[in-house]
Amino acid sequence: MAEEAKPPVPPPPPESEKKPAAEGRAAPASAEAAKPAAPAKPAGPVPVPWTSPLVEKYKGQYGSGLDAQTYLGQNYFAVDRSLIPDILRLLRDEEQFDYCVDITAVHYLQREKQFDVVWILYSFPRNERVRVKTQIADGASIPSSVSIWATANWLEREVYDMFGIQFDGHPDLKRILLPDGWKGHPLRKDYGILQQDNEWVQINLGIESGQ
Amino acid sequence: MNDSTHDVSNRALSNLDLETPEKPYLDSNELIINMGPQHPATHGVLRVILKLDGEKVLGTECVIGYLHRGVEKIAENRTYTMFNPYVDRMDYVAAVSNGLGYCEAVEKLMNVEAPARAKYIRVILTELNRIASHQLWLGTHALDIGAMTPLFYTFRDREEILKIFEKYCGARLTTHAFRIGGCQYETYAGFEKEVKNFLTFVAPKIDEYEELLTTNRIWIERTKNVGVISALDAIALGVTGPVLRASGVKWDLRKAQPYAAYSEFDFDIPTGTNGDTYDRYLVRMAEMRQSLRIIEQAVNRIPEGPIMAKVPKIIKPPVGEIYHSIEAPKGELGYFIVSDGSTQPYRLRVRPPSFVNLQALDTMVRGLLVADVVAVIGTIDIVLGEVDR
Repeated sequence: MAEEAKPPVPPPPPESEKKPAAEGRAAPASAEAAKPAAPAKPAGPVPVPWTSPLVEKYKGQYGSGLDAQTYLGQNYFAVDRSLIPDILRLLRDEEQFDYCVDITAVHYLQREKQFDVVWILYSFPRNERVRVKTQIADGASIPSSVSIWATANWLEREVYDMFGIQFDGHPDLKRILLPDGWKGHPLRKDYGILQQDNEWVQINLGIESGQ
Repeated sequence: MNDSTHDVSNRALSNLDLETPEKPYLDSNELIINMGPQHPATHGVLRVILKLDGEKVLGTECVIGYLHRGVEKIAENRTYTMFNPYVDRMDYVAAVSNGLGYCEAVEKLMNVEAPARAKYIRVILTELNRIASHQLWLGTHALDIGAMTPLFYTFRDREEILKIFEKYCGARLTTHAFRIGGCQYETYAGFEKEVKNFLTFVAPKIDEYEELLTTNRIWIERTKNVGVISALDAIALGVTGPVLRASGVKWDLRKAQPYAAYSEFDFDIPTGTNGDTYDRYLVRMAEMRQSLRIIEQAVNRIPEGPIMAKVPKIIKPPVGEIYHSIEAPKGELGYFIVSDGSTQPYRLRVRPPSFVNLQALDTMVRGLLVADVVAVIGTIDIVLGEVDR
């Protein structure tokens, strides 16, 4: 059951025989457990439109480029990529979202615009969180928010390192966790769990493989 | 170091009349040196490239990633339950906090809530872990600065906490104490008594650490006005935890957005005023005492009842995404989880406090001396396992 439940199956990496084995082991247990759990499980919460003065204001300003939703009590904006630097700046300058908690991305391999870029913001005066999401295509770039929040510097570098998303106007966009010469961006769905830059490993570590 | 000394040495060099016009460093006071990754004061494998003018720091660059294990990638290839022990390996001196954040995030995604008794057990263990983490920080930080005794004192007393962990779940460091939906283990016989004994044991010990340091002249000289960061800078840089509070921002997620059972306890948020290394020290000392207060209330009021919520054996959260964060000993530890309805997270992002706080190092050390860099790295309280993940 685990196999068909995961639609965005990445192309299997060359050495991933381990994964089916693990799922095979889980399968008999799931057959027993799923039965009693199934009636108790509701259909699952769905995002509902988020209404607040803040949303009204920006809806009026940006119209269809902006969608505001609430899921499990957490608010988020799904915005058009073209609004990105403006809306982030407005949220900080006018709505007091003065703390950028995190910037991250999600890869959807089968989608046309492959990446979700997510900003998690918090406001100290309002004690409120909001997420801003936008979709971009593979190879497209996105304006950097380092000039809005200084903390974006390393966070954007990590997104670049892990997903290969370019941030325009970043002061020093280079890899942060992986070595500079590494090839590939490991958190993309088409990067296998056991995949490595073997060439880098052989040249720099003097060993055949890191496995 | 004042600049005149360097001018003198520079002139002495040029008097040697070396015919090396294409080597500009002879005319320059700037020197690039490398600190780490193998350096005892970097608390792991942190490499800092320092740009110096004599002994004065002009700028720094952190090179991190030596401990990168791809925790977020591993998460996408494990079930929710299987990934639980991995989170302990990030901030391994506060493994219980990591586990709490992860379990609560998944619970939120599944829309279940841990029972009251489990929440109390979680609070007690997490606060014990906060004390242990601060003790380890204090011992190593003081050792970096040259005070050796606190290391022995804090490790001696931290041992008592680890003993409680070991009795509770069998592990001392990477505890894997909690499960999605509650706790795996009921408290052992005598747990409450042992925790209470620990409280009476450790309260005077914290005074003892303070006796050694708070009014110690060398300690004050090495920490006062060192590594100052203003509240505005700290917020812009996303700094959280004791570092933010020492700059005067009274913000603690346990109060601001209470999780577990924290809303039921009475405690204060200690803050500093100067945002320097000394204030951060005082804030952490006060936090240990506040943790004792929380544990005392929790252990006296611990309710009876189940310790696990009704959670299916196979954890399959509905399609959706969630961000949940807790106040870890180092700051805001957050989990952003995207579920596609399967047994494995589609994407799991960890918002690590050490990683974000470390970014403030450059702001904090500019204009200081090399020896102060050691003090500032210590005072940020990083764990490289969490910085690199």
